[in-house]
Amino acid sequence: MLYRTAGQFKTSYRADHALFPVRQDAWLLAFILLLAFVVFPMTANEFVFRALLTPVLIYALAALGLNILTGYAGQLSLGTGAFMGVGAYACYKLVTIFPDLNLIVAIMLSGFFSAAIGVAFGLPSLRIKGFYLAIATLAAQFFLVWLFEKWAWLYNYNSSGSIQVPTISVFGHPVAGPNATAIVQYYVVLVIVAVITWLAINITRGRIGRMWKAVRDMDIAAELVGINLMKAKLSAFAVSSYIVGVAGALFVFLWRGAAEPVAFDIPLSFRVLFIAIIGGLGSVLGNYLGAILIVALPVIISTLPASVGLPLSSAMVEHLNTMIIGALIILFLIVEPHGLARFWAIIREKLIMWPFPH
Amino acid sequence: MDLLNAIFVKPFADMVAAPDFLLQVLWEGLVAGVLYALIALGFVLIYKSSRIFNFAQGIMVVFAALTLIGFHEHGVPALLAVPLTLAVMFILAVAIERVVLRPLVNQPDIILFMATIGITLFLIGFGEIIFGGENKVMITEELLIPTGSYTFEPFGGFVSIEQKDLTAVVGAVVLVVVLLVFLNRSKMGRAIRALGDDHQAALSVGISLSTIWVLVWFIAGVIALATGIVWGARAGVSFALEVIAYKALPVLMLGGLESVSGAIIGGIAIGVLEKLFEIYWGQPLLGGNTETWFAFVLALIVLLFRPQGLFGERIIERV
Repeated sequence: MLYRTAGQFKTSYRADHALFPVRQDAWLLAFILLLAFVVFPMTANEFVFRALLTPVLIYALAALGLNILTGYAGQLSLGTGAFMGVGAYACYKLVTIFPDLNLIVAIMLSGFFSAAIGVAFGLPSLRIKGFYLAIATLAAQFFLVWLFEKWAWLYNYNSSGSIQVPTISVFGHPVAGPNATAIVQYYVVLVIVAVITWLAINITRGRIGRMWKAVRDMDIAAELVGINLMKAKLSAFAVSSYIVGVAGALFVFLWRGAAEPVAFDIPLSFRVLFIAIIGGLGSVLGNYLGAILIVALPVIISTLPASVGLPLSSAMVEHLNTMIIGALIILFLIVEPHGLARFWAIIREKLIMWPFPH
Repeated sequence: MDLLNAIFVKPFADMVAAPDFLLQVLWEGLVAGVLYALIALGFVLIYKSSRIFNFAQGIMVVFAALTLIGFHEHGVPALLAVPLTLAVMFILAVAIERVVLRPLVNQPDIILFMATIGITLFLIGFGEIIFGGENKVMITEELLIPTGSYTFEPFGGFVSIEQKDLTAVVGAVVLVVVLLVFLNRSKMGRAIRALGDDHQAALSVGISLSTIWVLVWFIAGVIALATGIVWGARAGVSFALEVIAYKALPVLMLGGLESVSGAIIGGIAIGVLEKLFEIYWGQPLLGGNTETWFAFVLALIVLLFRPQGLFGERIIERV
């Protein structure tokens, strides 16, 4: 009914392969962008920005990076947290070495550092596959977090061993640090995330993206039809680590404000992996749906008992939270192993067909 | 030049100069290695029979140990608490098979892997609600494990071997031998291996998938309890113990995911080598705490030359 495609004729292959072959998709996206750019900033308060909106965007970006590697190129990685850390530390060094550098430029540049490290740790993927590769990426995870702790140059030899974000202004507005307002940070994050998502969608639709998918589905077959495996796998590691690194820089500079090495430890990697898998591997939309679920769930669980008059201690809430998230992950995997994005695809399909069953 | 000296000459000179200390380090490494091997064994068993990469093995260790201590705290005699804990692990195995694995049969590997991470999170939250988050002392003496230590004086030096470590090593050896006999000689054991080779073929000759899965997860639970007792006797039991599960992963890479003997040899090799590296290279040169990553990097380097691990099944790929 709402999604009736009747009357939308495609007269060329170009039109058939357009980003939004169905007009309603474009309208829906416009509506979501309107919500994100206009409605939320006008209605949200400080808490909502800090606890929901900004983290959803940042986690979705990190999951998008992982999804390119795992969902599109089929290389399972458990080192996402450490690569986010590389982005954050690189950005911190850039900002302190070049204080005049525009913060947004610094964030975009810091992604290149994590891309380089990602390619280095992606080299084993040329020989190793499947779970062996997943464990190999854990080597990156543990080694890099150890390095963040031991290499004092990275945090400018300060005594706390963590990085503190100074107040940084862009065009006269404080964007990062203690003086920045949440709404400014939200807008910066939103713009960066939107631009990178747009680029990522087009990369995955294009020649490189198809190369990755061929490698994911069967790498030997892909090699036989003339795809350079080394180029495909390493480019996936590079693009993925770049996005993950930018997400890491945003994570520290525009959300947390400070970070110690433990923040990039393996729970962060797993959280991003959950988002990517619950959202749906091999989809861009899924990252957002997964991030909304994983970020909102703890907030709901911690506020719900108090609002219905069940006072629970904060430790109890935390444990319940872990337990419920564990149970929900299993539940989601059982109900729809292909993730929330597949749910949406099914609903959309139904809406297009409605009221006919087939 | 100094650096080269510190890397290539000084550590070995130190080893020769103090052979008793070297022996002590080797023993410590061996004990740690046996524990890694035990955890890796839990992984291998489940992987062999169901192609599930069981991330929950680490939390099962904690859960088993805490259940044991919990029973004892409620006044159950220690030797009765062990079978009761085993019963709990059996119930857990049945529950996991019923609730998680059965609906997920035939899904891709990564989905099952994520499901075991879900199990891990669930058990962490559940366990913390029941047992509390604090560190607990393992009931070593009540389980009749000797706690003294032997001292030797080789090369005019001094080496001390704790009796509970010795018990751990002997216990692990016995457990492994029993397990190997079970896998290779008994009907059930052969069924497990058949299932590992080919699910459909095994099903078609009448092997029950769900029975074997419950059995395998139960055996993994038994191994988890053994590991929990041994490790708990050394360092206490808390949820921080869960991280030792990560230590088993490089062991698996080194030994190969399907190989029982690979898990044991890989575990011991990694335990010894990481201790040696930490004492002779890590602490003087790199600021210590290299144990968090050394095993992974070592396994990574080995894998570059042998992608299926030292003892894994040869990977034959066809289009």
